[in-house]
This record gives sequence, C-alpha cells and structure tokens, in this order.
Amino acid sequence: MRTKQVLLALMTLPICSSLLFAGTVSGKVTYTGTPAHMKPIDMSKEPSCAKQHATPINVETVVTGANNALDNVVVYVSSGAPDDGQVPTQAITYTQKGCQYIPHVLAMHVDQEFDIVNDDQTSHNIHPLPKVNIEWNKSQPPGTPPIKEKYDKPEFIEVKCNIHPWMHGYFAVLKTSHFDVSKEGGDFKLPNLPPGKYTITAWHEKYGTQTAEVTITGNETKEQNFTFKATPY
Amino acid sequence: MRFIGAILFIAILGLVVVAGLTPRAFAQDEPAVGPKPPVVIKPMESHIGNLTGHAADAKSDFRRYCAGCHGDYGDANGENAVWLDPKPRDFTIATFKCRSTLTGTLPTDEDLFNTIGRGIDNSNMPIWNTFSKQQRADLVAYIKIFSPRWEHEKAGTPISIPPEPPVTIESISHGQALFAKLECWKCHGTHGEGDGPSASTLTDSKDNPIRPYNFAAGGNDSRFKCGVTNQDVYKIFMTGVDGTPMPSFADVIQPNDAWDLVHFLRTLQVHRHSKENEVLAAAHGVIPPYVDKSPAPAAPAANKSPSGGQ
Repeated sequence: MRTKQVLLALMTLPICSSLLFAGTVSGKVTYTGTPAHMKPIDMSKEPSCAKQHATPINVETVVTGANNALDNVVVYVSSGAPDDGQVPTQAITYTQKGCQYIPHVLAMHVDQEFDIVNDDQTSHNIHPLPKVNIEWNKSQPPGTPPIKEKYDKPEFIEVKCNIHPWMHGYFAVLKTSHFDVSKEGGDFKLPNLPPGKYTITAWHEKYGTQTAEVTITGNETKEQNFTFKATPY
Repeated sequence: MRFIGAILFIAILGLVVVAGLTPRAFAQDEPAVGPKPPVVIKPMESHIGNLTGHAADAKSDFRRYCAGCHGDYGDANGENAVWLDPKPRDFTIATFKCRSTLTGTLPTDEDLFNTIGRGIDNSNMPIWNTFSKQQRADLVAYIKIFSPRWEHEKAGTPISIPPEPPVTIESISHGQALFAKLECWKCHGTHGEGDGPSASTLTDSKDNPIRPYNFAAGGNDSRFKCGVTNQDVYKIFMTGVDGTPMPSFADVIQPNDAWDLVHFLRTLQVHRHSKENEVLAAAHGVIPPYVDKSPAPAAPAANKSPSGGQ
C-alpha cells in the first residue's frame, strides 16, 4: 500500500513540476504593407442571411485590426513539445450564422470531435476540401441536429458551402494541444509550456507560414511577435 | 627518381579527381528530369460475387483503355485529360462519385464494377460493356494500387434501401415540398433544369467548374451519372456525389421521405416515360400543394409553367 502511494507520488511529481514551471509564449500578429481590400459580400440571393447583417460583411480572407493587427492566424507549437496524444475533451463548435462561418478558422487537435451547427433559416452544405484527410460533403437544412466530425491527420482544410459560394473558412487540424488563433488585436497566447526549446509556427490562409524558436526556462512569459508581409492583391 | 615522382604526382592527381567527383556522383542519385519510375503494381484484389479480380491481370487493359484519360499513375493526368470536362477521376485520392456507401467512405467493389460497366452519363467515361466481367473485376483491383487508402481502410457499408412505396400524387406532392425544403432548387433550379441561383458558381473539389444535373434535358432514355433506376436516384442523394458540390442528405431525410423525393424528381424528367409521369398526367399535370403541420420555406415563385407533365 505504502509503495503504491510512493509510486503515485513519484509519478505525479514530474507533472506537478511541469505545471509549477509552466511557461507561456504570447505575442501579437501584425502585418506590414497594404493588405488587399476585402470586398463586401453580396448576400441578396439569400435574403434570410442578408437581413442578419445591418451592413454587408466583408470577405474574411484577411481580417485586420487597429495597429496593423492580423486576425485568424493559427499559432502553434510545431516542434519541441512531443504530442502526448491526449485529445482535448472540451466541445468545439463551428457555427453557420448569417451565411458566415463562426469562427472563420477553427483550430483543433487531431481526433478531437467538433460540432457543426446551422443557426440559419437556410440549408447549408458543409464541404471541407482536405488533401490528406478524407473528403465528405453533407447537407444541413435549418433545424437539423449538429453534425459531429473529427479528422485523424494534421492539415489545414479549406471549408466551403457550395450553395453560398461566398462562404469560406478553415479547419486547422494540429498534432499538438498548444495552439491559439489570433483574435481581435492580433493577440495569441500559448500557456502551460514546460521548460524546453520550441518551434512556434504561425499560419495565415493567404500569407503562408512563419516560424520562430523560443526557449522556456521556467515560470516565465516569453514574448514572440509575428509580422506578415501583406500583399495588395 | 623522376619516374617515381611522376607516378606519385599522377596518383595524387587521381585521388583529388576521385575525391572531387564523389559527392557529385551521390548528388546525381535522383535525376531531376527523365522518365518517371514505373508504376508499382501492388497485389490488390477485388471481389464481386464469385469473381476475384487481380490488379496484375489488368495491367495491359488499364494502359490501353484507361491511362489515356486517367493517366499511367492514376492521377487523372492522362494525355487526353486537359481536353475533358468533367475531368477524369483521380484514383490517387480515392474519392468516387457513384457509391452505395456513405459520403467520405470507400465504395464497394461492386460500385466500381458497375461504374465501369455503366459508364458515366454526361461525361467522357464510356460504357465499357466490351470488357468481360473478369476484365472489369481486374480493373477494379487495379484502381486500388493508386491510393494507400485501399490498404488501410475497408469499403463503407452499403446503405439499406427500404422497399419503394407505391407512386401516388400525394407522394409526388410531398417530394415537391421536400425539394423546396431541402433547397435542391438552389442548384438544380425550380424545374430541375440545372439553373438554380447557385448553379453558375459551382466548382468540383479540384476547383473545376461543374454543372448541376439537368433533369428536364434528355428524352425517354435519360440517365443519371450513377444509374437509371429509382434505387439509383435514391442512392445519389443519400450518399452524395463525392468530389462534387452534391452533398449527402443521409442524416437529414427519412427513408420514406427520400422515396417521395425520388418520385417527384422523376416528374422533372418531363420527356421520360415513367410511372410518376403517368400518375401526374392522371392528376391533370397538377401537383397539389403538400399539407403539413410545420410550414416549409417555399421555393421562389416560378415564372414558368408548373413543373412536370403537361
């Protein structure tokens, strides 16, 4: 009995210490140059969606904020933190509302289940276009239950609705649980990193990827910013 | 002495030359240009009834009859492919249009066997009924050498299709309501003429423009891409046409409702003799509005004559 307790204590020790000395990488994603003008979307063919937007929303390929902030950038640990294979259990949802994908980029762990929800009064078809994962295409009329799906290989997958050709989004399927998507203001945060050397990758659907090397030595917050070069076309 | 010096000089020179060449020799291991390596024919099999197909036996048939469009490597890059619309199937991604299995799953061997024998209507894929059944079975096995999915995954389970209920005007009427509710008309058009509001924007999964099926075109012999029978139509919207904008409705429509939709779709084939068109004619060509407790969003008002028979 006592040996079991000692063993248990010994086993939990590294976990506790890694939590005690958990570092954080945080920063801002910004752009330089002039990003392309994102045109307003004409939803007149789908009045039930058009009326949900007081003013027409813009195409979301490049979403920027104040002080050159760049949104919808997936920032994740691409090496240095071996994936423990633990799939996050919290439910994540990809919502179709106002003929728009919310969030525009949904980041998830490999094999993590996610819900696709239709909050609109119109039918959508969810048609992700993977290259390495398996392609499917499902109809989701209004009032039907969520579609539960998951992907078993890491990949950035474009998602579209064939019925509403302006609808575009992405699934970021990652083989790590250390990821974030830059939100308004371009901020991101990767907490709970034990001491070590990491490669942090930032991915944007139009501007590609960037990487940075970060070393965490203890209970600290390292700042790591990413700057993408915007192109006006 | 001078002789020995000359030998030494040559030996050293030789060493230098060899040393200089060696890394280059390694670098040339993989030529950047030149012929591609031959296709590795994995020992894939197919099973159709009592028939067993072997990939190796289809090598010459594939090269002679299929590679022109589908390519030697099964990657849809045959020399004719650039001229074709729709494009030939890319066997390296193992996404197939005509299946009896759910969207995202591999088709059964029978599905592929039937596709070869039936051809794909409105495309350049001919009816290969000149092949023996054994040749077709061998070709089904051959198709599997191009994607690793066939080694790791089993084919999907065929969907179960309940017996078809009788064709009635009520069934057609309910089918029409479903056509509106499921918004089939967004692509296929109110009269099934392939001219819905989204039709002009459609692309397949490789970004090539693609047209929705026009039910009204074609005569008494009109066929669908994946067959001619009512069961084939049922399968098309329950499994989806993978690789195209046509989604699966398996999760959102009940089997009996699906049959009603089949019956309505048949009335859109205005030039085709069918039980459905007979029933519609007996009702003077008018589909009565479907009465349901929950009101369905209706299709936009048609500016043409009512769909169906005259």
